Amino acid sequence: MEFPENLLYTKEHEWLRHEDDHVVVGITDYAQDALGDIVFVELPEEGDSVVKDDAFGIIESIKAVSDIYAPISGHILEVNEALLDSPSKINEDPYHTGWMVKIKMENESELDDLLTMEEYEQFVNEERELGLDKEEEEEELDM
Amino acid sequence: MQARRMKTLNKLYQHTPCYSWHVKAGARMVEFAGYLMPVSYSSLIEEHLNVRANAGLFDVSHMGEIFVEGREAKEFLQSVLVSDVDKLFPGLAIYTLFCNERGGIIDDLIVYCLKEQKYLICSNAATTEKDFSWLVKQKSRFDVELRNKSVEYAQFALQGPRAEEIFRLIANPALCAIKRFHFASGEIDDIPVIVCRTGYTGEDGFEIFLPSSSARTLWEKILSAGAEAKLMPIGLGARDTLRLEQGYLLYGQDMDEETTPFEAGIGWTVSLHKEFIGKEALKRQKEEGLKRNRVGFVMEGNEIARHDYAIVSTERKPIGRVTSGTFSPSLKKGIGMGYVPANSVKIGDEISIAIRSGFAKGRIVKMPFVIGSSSRQA
Repeated sequence: MEFPENLLYTKEHEWLRHEDDHVVVGITDYAQDALGDIVFVELPEEGDSVVKDDAFGIIESIKAVSDIYAPISGHILEVNEALLDSPSKINEDPYHTGWMVKIKMENESELDDLLTMEEYEQFVNEERELGLDKEEEEEELDM
Repeated sequence: MQARRMKTLNKLYQHTPCYSWHVKAGARMVEFAGYLMPVSYSSLIEEHLNVRANAGLFDVSHMGEIFVEGREAKEFLQSVLVSDVDKLFPGLAIYTLFCNERGGIIDDLIVYCLKEQKYLICSNAATTEKDFSWLVKQKSRFDVELRNKSVEYAQFALQGPRAEEIFRLIANPALCAIKRFHFASGEIDDIPVIVCRTGYTGEDGFEIFLPSSSARTLWEKILSAGAEAKLMPIGLGARDTLRLEQGYLLYGQDMDEETTPFEAGIGWTVSLHKEFIGKEALKRQKEEGLKRNRVGFVMEGNEIARHDYAIVSTERKPIGRVTSGTFSPSLKKGIGMGYVPANSVKIGDEISIAIRSGFAKGRIVKMPFVIGSSSRQA
């Protein structure tokens, strides 16, 4: 499982790439693997305001529906429209063609709350040890 | 899957005899009907499409096996099953139901006539205990013995257009030659098996009962024999999408004790020319007409309808609920089924599904959604 070093991460399993005044956001390799085949995404529109920790999109695998949370406050600069027709890009290449949105930051200091690669890797290992995460609980109800 | 998590789960749930094989193969394990079962080994979509194009092997050892034996076995089954057991003979199986006095479905089953006075009932994993206690309650006036042998028996399903080609590599010609809904007893490498030409995928294929103690050996043997024909192990995730593409019902989700066979669209299993539990209620319903019935729909856009979402009319009036909905890997679209008031929609009609804060368009279609090799063959 790959977690690039130059990215920042959240406990909701999103990654951020800091580029000047904005960030590029997607979900991590761990998240796409846990979800399985992704078959639907709903993303905000260009210009929408987003608030840190609020849900701003939906991601669906065959078995589960999950919210996507804004990792940072600001407004949407650009949306990866290609995902709407081929959401499987997120499975195939979560850090490049699978990016979801670009957010223009309101407050760059929010970046300080994010996890480094080492911190995220440790978090993932702990979560795997402890087991049943949200997606799996949903799955059990669904089947 | 990490050690500590598995330790916790292992205490709570049962295992099939191939459990450790699944874990070793890297399957994602989930709880289903009290068992820890593989939900997928690689990609659910890839597994699904491989069953449609080649073949897949499913461990369905969680399913129940109840044996009914005795002088009045046939009379007893005649009284508890909705179907006419007179049509059965040794070597033939039927898809049938238990109903309660109200005509509500207690379970859906496959019943195998092993010999004149001996039958095997294959029941759903989650309902086997319930079925067994219900049968015990009904049997008082019959000279018959009931045995729940679910733990002693494992069951595999080998499904797909290449299933017979693969099965020929390990089983004798007599076992491979059986026709749809027929079955035969025999041996594969000294392992006693009951092989039936049935399945839950719409594809041609076999369901194989065998002793749990030999399950792991046969599982590995079938997989390696089928490797060249692209056989893959398939998890419960694809089992669900495959059955849904066929419009097959899942007990507890698409039907329950408040649903009658006529409402569920499986009224063809019911024989009103004989006496059985639930007959009066079903006869009455047939005379009075249905209040609701099950329909299938395909989504127009790329949204996915899911269990319990509302089905609404074009005027945005709620008319029913989705019982099963998923993304169809074959059609690359959302499909689903649910119940609506009788005669409220017909094939081709537009409906909407309430998804989160909006509505997504769908269209009522005839089921099955996808034609599998089993009907092409028949």
